[in-house]
Amino acid sequence: MTSSPTNLREQDGPYFGEFGGRFVPESLIAALDQLAETYEIAKHDPEFALELAELHRSYTGRPSIITEAKQFAATANDQVRIFLKREDLNHTGSHKINNVLGQALITKRMGKTRIIAETGAGQHGVASATAAALFGLDCVVYMGEVDTERQALNVARMRLLGAEVVPVKTGSRTLKDAINEALRDWVANVDTTHYLLGTVAGPHPFPTMVRDFHSVIGNEARQQMLDEFGFLPTVVAACVGGGSNAIGIFHAFLDDKDVDLYGFEAAGDGLDTPRHAATLTYGKLGVLHGAKSYMLQDEDGQTMDSHSISAGLDYPGVGPEHAWLKDLGRAKYRGISDAEAMDAMLLLARTEGIIPAIETSHALAGALKLAKELPDGSSILINLSGRGDKDMETAAKYFGFLPGDN
Amino acid sequence: MSKTAQVLKDRKVAGKGSLVGYFPIGYPSLAESIDAAVAMCENGVDVLELGVPYSDPVMDGPVIQEATLHALEHGFKLKQVFEAVKAVTSRVKTPVLVMTYWNPVIQYGVERFAQDLSEAGGAGLITPDLIPDEAGDWLAASDKYDLDRVFLSAPTSTQERAQVSSDLSRGFVYAVSTMGITGAREELDSLARKVVAGVREADANQNTCVGIGISTAEQVAEVNQYSDGAIVGSAFVRAYAEGGVEALKVKVTELASLLER
Ligand SMILES: Cc1ncc(COP(=O)(O)O)c(C=O)c1O
Repeated sequence: MTSSPTNLREQDGPYFGEFGGRFVPESLIAALDQLAETYEIAKHDPEFALELAELHRSYTGRPSIITEAKQFAATANDQVRIFLKREDLNHTGSHKINNVLGQALITKRMGKTRIIAETGAGQHGVASATAAALFGLDCVVYMGEVDTERQALNVARMRLLGAEVVPVKTGSRTLKDAINEALRDWVANVDTTHYLLGTVAGPHPFPTMVRDFHSVIGNEARQQMLDEFGFLPTVVAACVGGGSNAIGIFHAFLDDKDVDLYGFEAAGDGLDTPRHAATLTYGKLGVLHGAKSYMLQDEDGQTMDSHSISAGLDYPGVGPEHAWLKDLGRAKYRGISDAEAMDAMLLLARTEGIIPAIETSHALAGALKLAKELPDGSSILINLSGRGDKDMETAAKYFGFLPGDN
Repeated sequence: MSKTAQVLKDRKVAGKGSLVGYFPIGYPSLAESIDAAVAMCENGVDVLELGVPYSDPVMDGPVIQEATLHALEHGFKLKQVFEAVKAVTSRVKTPVLVMTYWNPVIQYGVERFAQDLSEAGGAGLITPDLIPDEAGDWLAASDKYDLDRVFLSAPTSTQERAQVSSDLSRGFVYAVSTMGITGAREELDSLARKVVAGVREADANQNTCVGIGISTAEQVAEVNQYSDGAIVGSAFVRAYAEGGVEALKVKVTELASLLER
């Protein structure tokens, strides 16, 4: 069951408290077992660690740097320091590549030749298509039709990289439905295919394995804070869709009792409206996409549609480890509206010359609010999970930056 | 013995074989789905599966997805499951199983669901996304209310898992093929035979019904040669979508035609 709060970092799946498990068709159990076994062996194999570290050094561009955002911080509170862990500088433009390269190596170890992936913002799809190109794997990416429209540039990137992009037209036509379609594909093609799931949701071992592949973010950042600044931050903050970039930066700090952890989920039109994706704020315990966790659902257990301006946060579920951290009180989760996120995007661009992804902008907006609440001398480390290039169309429309707009 | 198991056994002993038929509740409306289900039972379905519409049906193909989405969009509510079961079981003697994804049951309450299903006259549940490993609550509730519980077994299941499915299932074990949509017929058949053999090896007395995209009378008969029943879903829903309850009756009669009545 739950571990004592002194060793939260050691908690692995299948269960995080009452959350997690495997609520999937029997047909997938053998593949999940094979994945869990292969990963378990790889995890203890120094060769694997070396191979992944070398890929990260020579391909991803790790370690990613930390940038202090002084002007940005000063707009909220000039007595609070804000640091950005620059996952946006990774190859392909977001944290997603950390997990993808890890799972691509696992795919090779399992002797599978085809990967499938779901994607919301398209960042996980682009990272998967990239790894498929690098490793010579076939790649099919499922993407909700709504998301193919709002992230059209990423669709083109995936196709340029040689992946097949399948627009999913069922249900809400967003990330949740892309996962359904990927699961159907996996059930039918499990012999040859690895489902390269892009977040810390899904059946065991995904929440644990994906977290481990992203924990490099927090491990680096924690050491960088100590080496470069001589202290640990007061707060670590990240946006939460399925929860991978957040758990990636949280994990190294889980047992640092003086470091508070904040996750910011999408409040869409606002938490007082039905149009949001605030799973940890409003979700109820249930089963979605193979794991028990919090999810947005009606009283009959039907999944409710989520809403967010950011495709990557537009998901009515969340990874089981976050549900657990919330219940333990170890991490706190708050909602950030579309408007607050877009303001923060603009502000970071104008004050620091860094254009963040709209997903990431939720964490930035949340940090600005925290900066006003925290005592002077506090510091906030934000996972800058991705860059905003993919969001230019949405942003240009939102702010009226297109030719002809004034 | 479970009523479902009894029906399958009796027909097997009589050399007839069984047809297990699926239909979604609330498609195209609650009343029409009840009439359709009754018509299936009256025209050759030996065990009925009533499907619960769910927002994220990862085990279903496009035909059933479309029908269940229609039901959800036209106001399907979970409590109608019990109305439908009650209505069908008051009109026909066929055992009625409910096929449901697990989250609606969790929200309703596992024990309460079992109690209400039992009171409505339902035989039990088929649970496509609940493996025995995660089924503690359901094992207890189904024992308490004496309900069937149908777990799945797949070509990829180890013999150890086939054993667990067999030990914990009541009524029958649902043999699925992972290559349900794309595989060639012969390949599907050999995979299904393997799954059935695994369950037989685990327990010679357990029933196994096979669902692998069956759509013709020949396939129904063939599957019955090595198992205890053929499960048909999409073919019935498609028939209904194309020609209503009359077309459904024709389809059921046709698929049951090589099994003796
Ligand atoms: C840049 C960026 N940040 C965050 C997310 C949200 O995912 P997660 O919560 O798994 O980090 C996405 C997802 O697409 C993303 O592209």
